Amino acid sequence: MKSVRLEQITKMFGKSRAVEDINIDIKSGEFFTFLGPSGCGKTTTLRMIAGFYFPTSGKIAFDNEDITTVKPNKRNIGMVFQNYALFPHMTVFENIAFGLQVRKLSKSVIREKVEKAQEFVRLVGYGDRKITELSGGQQQRVALARALVIEPDILLLDEPLSNLDAKLREETRVEIKRLQVELGITTVYVTHDQHEAMAMSDRIMVMSEGEVQQIGTPQEIYNKPDNHFVASFIGESNILEGTIKEVSDNHVTVDVGDGILLKGIRENSSPHVDIAEDKKVSLSIRPEIIEVGKGSNSIQGKIQLTEFSGVSINYLVKIGNHELNVMIINSGSNILERGDSITLSIPENSIYFMSEKG
Amino acid sequence: MTSEAIAPKKSIWAKITQSKYFVYVLISPLVLVLLAYVIYPMYKTFSQSVMDQEGALSFSNYINFFTTEANLESLRNSVFISVVSVITCAIVGVAMAFLLNRYEFPGRKFLSVLVLVPMALPPLIGAISFYFLYGETGIFPRFFQQIFNLEEVPFSLEGIWGIIMVHTFTMYTYFYLSASAAIKGLDLSLEEAATSLGSGRLRIWTKIILPMLTPAMVASSLLVFMISMASYTAPLMFGVQRTMTMQITLSRTNGNLDMSATQSTVLSIVSIAFLILMTWYQNRRNYQNQSKGTGVHRTEVRSPIVRYLAVLLSIIGVVVLMLPIMVIALISFAVDGSWTTQIIPAAYTIQHYVELFTDPDTWGPIWNSIQMSTVAVIGNIIFGVAAAYAMVRFNFKGKAFMDILIMVPWALPGTVVAVNMISAFSEPSAFAFNQVLVGTFWILPLAYFVRQLPLVFRNSQASLIQMDQSVEEAAQSLGATWWHSFRRVVLPIIMPGILAGTLLAFVQGLTEFVASILIYTPSTMPLSVGIWNKMYSFEFGTACAYGVLQTILIVIVLLVNEKIKGDNDTGAAF
Repeated sequence: MKSVRLEQITKMFGKSRAVEDINIDIKSGEFFTFLGPSGCGKTTTLRMIAGFYFPTSGKIAFDNEDITTVKPNKRNIGMVFQNYALFPHMTVFENIAFGLQVRKLSKSVIREKVEKAQEFVRLVGYGDRKITELSGGQQQRVALARALVIEPDILLLDEPLSNLDAKLREETRVEIKRLQVELGITTVYVTHDQHEAMAMSDRIMVMSEGEVQQIGTPQEIYNKPDNHFVASFIGESNILEGTIKEVSDNHVTVDVGDGILLKGIRENSSPHVDIAEDKKVSLSIRPEIIEVGKGSNSIQGKIQLTEFSGVSINYLVKIGNHELNVMIINSGSNILERGDSITLSIPENSIYFMSEKG
Repeated sequence: MTSEAIAPKKSIWAKITQSKYFVYVLISPLVLVLLAYVIYPMYKTFSQSVMDQEGALSFSNYINFFTTEANLESLRNSVFISVVSVITCAIVGVAMAFLLNRYEFPGRKFLSVLVLVPMALPPLIGAISFYFLYGETGIFPRFFQQIFNLEEVPFSLEGIWGIIMVHTFTMYTYFYLSASAAIKGLDLSLEEAATSLGSGRLRIWTKIILPMLTPAMVASSLLVFMISMASYTAPLMFGVQRTMTMQITLSRTNGNLDMSATQSTVLSIVSIAFLILMTWYQNRRNYQNQSKGTGVHRTEVRSPIVRYLAVLLSIIGVVVLMLPIMVIALISFAVDGSWTTQIIPAAYTIQHYVELFTDPDTWGPIWNSIQMSTVAVIGNIIFGVAAAYAMVRFNFKGKAFMDILIMVPWALPGTVVAVNMISAFSEPSAFAFNQVLVGTFWILPLAYFVRQLPLVFRNSQASLIQMDQSVEEAAQSLGATWWHSFRRVVLPIIMPGILAGTLLAFVQGLTEFVASILIYTPSTMPLSVGIWNKMYSFEFGTACAYGVLQTILIVIVLLVNEKIKGDNDTGAAF
């Protein structure tokens, strides 16, 4: 399996800039995900790795071989398209065999490999079916088999689950991950669905408006978001603005207005933020780590809105001029109503400091 | 694992096809073909029109054109015929479309099939059938003359109004088809919304339905106007010499080649102006329905009187629509020379059909047309598909201009195409490999090729646009070269579209008359010219047998295309 390196990749379409200055090292065998809203440049970046676009500037290398301007058919990649792009005039067998025929393998070898691939994606006995006779999930698995049967160095997946219904999406997600782990194949995955990204990836690159926002493991991205965009795009987060009042060796105290002081741990801060007295700073606090009752960083508030979702109870709590989202796991206890007073506490180690919005 | 182990070997061919300049390699033969057989012939005609005898630049031909009453009258007549044809076609076509799509009455289904019958009639046969039915010596005028015992026929179709009748019959289908599509696409919820807001029927019609139909009507009007301007067979049949197309051929036969070139140029300018107008109009945003899956609802006709009226009108409609084909079929069995003053021919035989395939002289024109049409169609496939692929897949300089250029031969009247061919290829030129083409076998296939290129091009282009582009990318990602994925993936997917266009082009070649009559050579006389010559020598039976043959071929092609379209629709709906 090969590693993938993108160095200072920029792509322009005419005068508009699709992606700018992307630098990534994808390790051999890694499951790497590009995550971002539509139009953020994630598919453009994937298509540059595939070779359908050439970067305007920068370099792409597989292992250490520069392939920046090598045509897609010379890259030995396996790609699964969003709409599968199966050949409508061929059977399942012919679709899977296509790449092997291109490689001029003998008929018996092709038959053997295709059958193995069919087994692998659990489509044994479907060889003679027409593509139009398959369900969406089956088409998806044909697309996977077709991409994998050529033993690609890198597997590229462009939103492969977006055309499936919710239940099938879950199943297929597990299936793709299973295949990837079994084969140990370097995989680049594009999605706008954070749950998919979190569940499957070794590392995630969060993108927005053509720029990299953060690269890290799912835990890093979730627990230590580098900026506002990452904090609010991945899961939900309360973001408060404030001024640093006091800095000690271990702790930082921030005034977020209305006389509320919040104390956090100094090392829970993004490398881009300047921790010093009187500096502006943003705080990210996940709704599920706020606790009800007295503790560290205790604050009083009034309930504005109550939402019961079964697993959890969500409160919107008004504190001075701030509104905090709070998520409490449903334990069968009483639910507070609008107008009720509530005491909240925020554990010191669950506040994350980011640079100021802007 | 190294990539060399499994990646395909790099061939020279692959290197060429993967170069970014390959686009220009691919389009250069297309540019050359357009230059040689569309631009150059047009230019030759134009340059002939602006040169005097000594070869100096001169506008005397144009001054002459615009000061000669015959020319001005021809221009006026052509425009008048075209405008009236648009109006009559619109009335008949739109009325039929509403009747058949919005109302339910006995006989509706039958009528909605027959309403498309005029499409199956070759233009020449359509004109001949009207002549037989309603002309001065036609069946109906004679019938009324005999039952009322009159000296003269009480009425007959002639002159400009005869032309307009033929135009209405053969061209209302353009309006019918576009109006039907628009009516089927009309979102019922729009009308319901208007009703809920308090609109009455009349307001709904004037404020909702008609404005929604406008785009379809404008497009059809431009089309019918253009085809009417180019019409040649109807004026020929009804002997109206003062139309533009007739004047062009008359000037030629009188040896006034400069004037013929001038008239051709004037008509070309009108046609190309309309083509540009149409392209411009179609590129504007059309009204599109926001909601999906609206069902067509038909109002059941309940009142018994209206019901009987509807049935009666349906029967009349069916008869009017079927009569032209029936009269051609009837006369194809008539013994030549047996139809003199009777209402219908007196003696019948199947001899004409036997002769079609056994008599070398009768079979000759059929075989000629098959050969010439085949040659033209092979050229159409090669260049039409390549051009469509280049236009859909690639971006290059001059693309928009090339798009219009490919469609120009479609807009040009057949008469003008023929005149252009004569101007360009009656002397040796590099584009004809230093040969004189006029007077040889090759001139007609070349004219057919030029005239039908847009048809094959448009059909291939439509299938290519429909094809999911990522399919081609998938093939590439699996290691296929451009050529391999084109041959194994693209071509099989767009084949139905190519086939549909090709079959239509082939059958149009078999029925082509307007250009053929000007440039055919006696040794390679095509089928339609054969029909005309038989008419001229009063061998009506043989002429009509030819006509029935042409009609059957068209019907077969239309049915096959319908089948291809149907199969393709279900195939693409995954």
